[in-house]
Amino acid sequence: MATAGRYVGRPVPRVEDARLVRGLGRYVDDLTLPGMLYLGFVRSPHAHARIRGIETARARTAPGVVAVVTADDLGGAIGPVPCAAQIPDMRPAPRPVLAADRVRFVGEAVAAVVASDRYALRDALELVEVDYEPLPAVVELEKALRRGAPRVHEQHPDNIAYRWQLEGGDLKDAFRRAERVVRHRMTNQRLIPMAMEPRAVLADYQPGEDRLTVWSSTQIPHLLRTQLAAMLRLPETRLRVVAPEVGGGFGSKLNVYPEEALAAYLARQLCRPVKWTETRRENFLATIHGRDQICEMEFAIGRDGTVLGLRARLWADLGAYYQLLTPLIPTLTGLMIAGCYRIPAVRVDLTGVFTNKMSTDAYRGAGRPEATYFIERAMDYVAAELGEDPAEFRRRHFPRPEEFPYATATGLVYDTGNYAAPFELALKKVGYARLRQQQRQARRQGRLLGIGLSSYVEICALGPSSAMPAGGWESATVRIEPSGKVRVLTGSSPHGQGEETSFAQIVADQFGLPLEDVSVVHGDTDQIPYGIGTFGSRTLAVGGTAIYRCCERLREKLARIAAQMVGEEDPRRMVFRDGKIYSARDRRRAVSFTAAVAEAYVARKLPAGLEPGLEATHFYEPSNFTFPFGTHVAVVEVDAETGRVELLRYVAVDDCGRVINPLLVDGQVVGGIVQSLGQVFLEEAVYDEQGQLLTGELTDYALPRAADVPRIETYRTETPTPVNPLGAKGVGEAGTIGATPALVNAVVDALAPLGVRHLDMPLKPERIWRALTAARAARRGGRR
Amino acid sequence: MAVEIRVEVNGRSCQSAVEPRLLLVHYLRDVLGLTGTHIGCETSLCGACTVLVNGQAVKSCTMLAVEADGASITTIEGLAGPDGGLHPVQEAFRQAHALQCGYCTPGMILTVVELLARRPDPSEAEIRRALAGNLCRCTGYQNIVAAVERAAAQLRRRRPRRR
Repeated sequence: MATAGRYVGRPVPRVEDARLVRGLGRYVDDLTLPGMLYLGFVRSPHAHARIRGIETARARTAPGVVAVVTADDLGGAIGPVPCAAQIPDMRPAPRPVLAADRVRFVGEAVAAVVASDRYALRDALELVEVDYEPLPAVVELEKALRRGAPRVHEQHPDNIAYRWQLEGGDLKDAFRRAERVVRHRMTNQRLIPMAMEPRAVLADYQPGEDRLTVWSSTQIPHLLRTQLAAMLRLPETRLRVVAPEVGGGFGSKLNVYPEEALAAYLARQLCRPVKWTETRRENFLATIHGRDQICEMEFAIGRDGTVLGLRARLWADLGAYYQLLTPLIPTLTGLMIAGCYRIPAVRVDLTGVFTNKMSTDAYRGAGRPEATYFIERAMDYVAAELGEDPAEFRRRHFPRPEEFPYATATGLVYDTGNYAAPFELALKKVGYARLRQQQRQARRQGRLLGIGLSSYVEICALGPSSAMPAGGWESATVRIEPSGKVRVLTGSSPHGQGEETSFAQIVADQFGLPLEDVSVVHGDTDQIPYGIGTFGSRTLAVGGTAIYRCCERLREKLARIAAQMVGEEDPRRMVFRDGKIYSARDRRRAVSFTAAVAEAYVARKLPAGLEPGLEATHFYEPSNFTFPFGTHVAVVEVDAETGRVELLRYVAVDDCGRVINPLLVDGQVVGGIVQSLGQVFLEEAVYDEQGQLLTGELTDYALPRAADVPRIETYRTETPTPVNPLGAKGVGEAGTIGATPALVNAVVDALAPLGVRHLDMPLKPERIWRALTAARAARRGGRR
Repeated sequence: MAVEIRVEVNGRSCQSAVEPRLLLVHYLRDVLGLTGTHIGCETSLCGACTVLVNGQAVKSCTMLAVEADGASITTIEGLAGPDGGLHPVQEAFRQAHALQCGYCTPGMILTVVELLARRPDPSEAEIRRALAGNLCRCTGYQNIVAAVERAAAQLRRRRPRRR
């Protein structure tokens, strides 16, 4: 059954944009229901305190106030915030939806207030008085591990949440055989995801039907429904969750939050619609953070300069509580720690640590950007130690294409890879040899020019259910309506990635239809079969494959109907093209797509044994992850006087398998690179010693703006995956995974002539200036 | 104590009694139901709520509704032509894939409309500077800049500039 590829692989502009550029997208805060009330939260100003009492009387009687609720009022009516990750020996740290007797981070919700309008709500929030007894807080990971440190949870005296190990290959032997050992320590700072749309929830209870509808700005409507049902102890069949237009997530909406449960609970209690809209301040304080890891690496290097083994020690600052996947994220760092290199022996020792801060969890890349940063930064560091060019050092350690599927020492099987292809293309595009020449000249003139490489492999299309905390499959229903228009129901929940377009491209090509005949429905648990959601660069590879499988089944059925209609005895010869279904042997033996569809519904002359109707549902279980890869190169010049970095060029060559829509792929890559640029040069969630978030607003947390960013040059190689029939691997996180080490390596390379060997992110001018000043002082000292 | 205001929004005259502390963005969204103007920070730092007030790009989260009394306001809903056809800036955003989640898009587009009214042929550096007050977390700005260049060319063809 051949198909014409009119759409797949082409830069089709997005169908979503027709509404979005008109301002007609409907995000949660845009929804209004009659009699709707506004919900807000009183939050802890202390990182650690005992709650002695909460005085709510003044707030309760304030104008417009309908309800004030504390943990006491709830009386255990709502279960704790769920954590889906299971790690052996993980210590419990349940987070109540409202703090009961103790608060453990600044921003933790203590009381909920419901009022008739936004302004009355804000007035009333000021009137709730909480009597706190401040307790010593422990904010820094390393201080939390010290003997006698304040305890985040009284029952866990060492503040350790869990320990996790991974070992493959003979590491002892590797270090025994090592000619030399190179050690390096790095940090990957805490970040704030900052989706443009803050979180928002609207809950509506219909008492007659005993049905609760929750609209939430979420990446996982079905998982949220299941978890809310458990938290509220309601039958899941009484709950409907809708993720309408969602204004970005980056992992921060891959979670279940107290506010979602409280809005639902209060709507039911009050029998009125209740809406909560997060302020940006709340978004900084109480939506999950990302990264925050420390890594120490030890490389066993053989006589010929080959890496024989890698020992990595990882510490992850988890914050005060577990959110949905908090403990799991750093284990992904462990799995990917060897990157795209042949390292025969690896051991990872990971320690998860509690501190009095907001939880970390999945932020774009979720553990893999950390892994890539650590290994790629370290590869440069080791190459410098060995006096070898970092490009040549990398090249020597790539597995060859014929070695794939490639089993890593960390226990993964990389599906397909040709790491040298994007690597050599990137070097060619940037003019690597010539750049090194220019660098030598620049250095003679005292100019600090730096070239930074990063070669990455990432783990995508999450994933086989056996390796996931709660199902790694995805669902789809494809329904061809009697008129011949196609409705696609996907369990994925895109929120900016454009799958209404890329899914429609796949389906339109399968049936030979124009794109506009296909519409994609997502996010409404009453309309679509149970699904998993959008995260982990899985939507196209896993969700798209579920759709593809449905199309195959429907094509088979339609081919039988059409074959009978045109008198072709072999349905496998039927071709779907240009709105027609015809025999490959004789194009005149054709029937229009709509006529064949109508026959399926009229059902008077269906082939024997064929069911009427045209609907297929598939739950696709992937057999493996996919492993996209690529090479990024950054060229920078550092101002020797001020420490300011100018990014001169950025070349990205990514291989995400088969591309469905190059416009969307480039959009994901460039957007991700710029988020990385934010991490490298601007962003850091800074808490002071008392646990106050100093970067708690956009005034203090710098994000990349248009003028901070150069033009990014993107190229691709295409190595399809055999894991799914689309050959697509996933691309949503590649930019944040590949880019940080390229940028940091470039800056460190620029500073190398001064003896600078490493700098931790963020590379603000002040940090670089201090390094420059220290390096100069050391030189002067050395000369004396 | 409510205050009478009269504003023209997207060519329509609106008269309302508003609380003095009501923000313009809440007036547009909650009173007039024009939810295309988004709220991203309420501190004038993200630009999602940008609208045109008497032709000037203004962050409507830091202006009171009463301050807009007598003004003419254009929101994203008022940008398309009377036949529903997209404004060249809207069309360019779509063609150049200059949006992903779409949340910053209305504010971004109105900022660009103002820029191109002022500077019909801006350089890339000028475009990037003009967008400095509007945050986008998805696109990395590259395609937004491309969309502005595309829209500028389109608008110049439509209204040839006199020297």
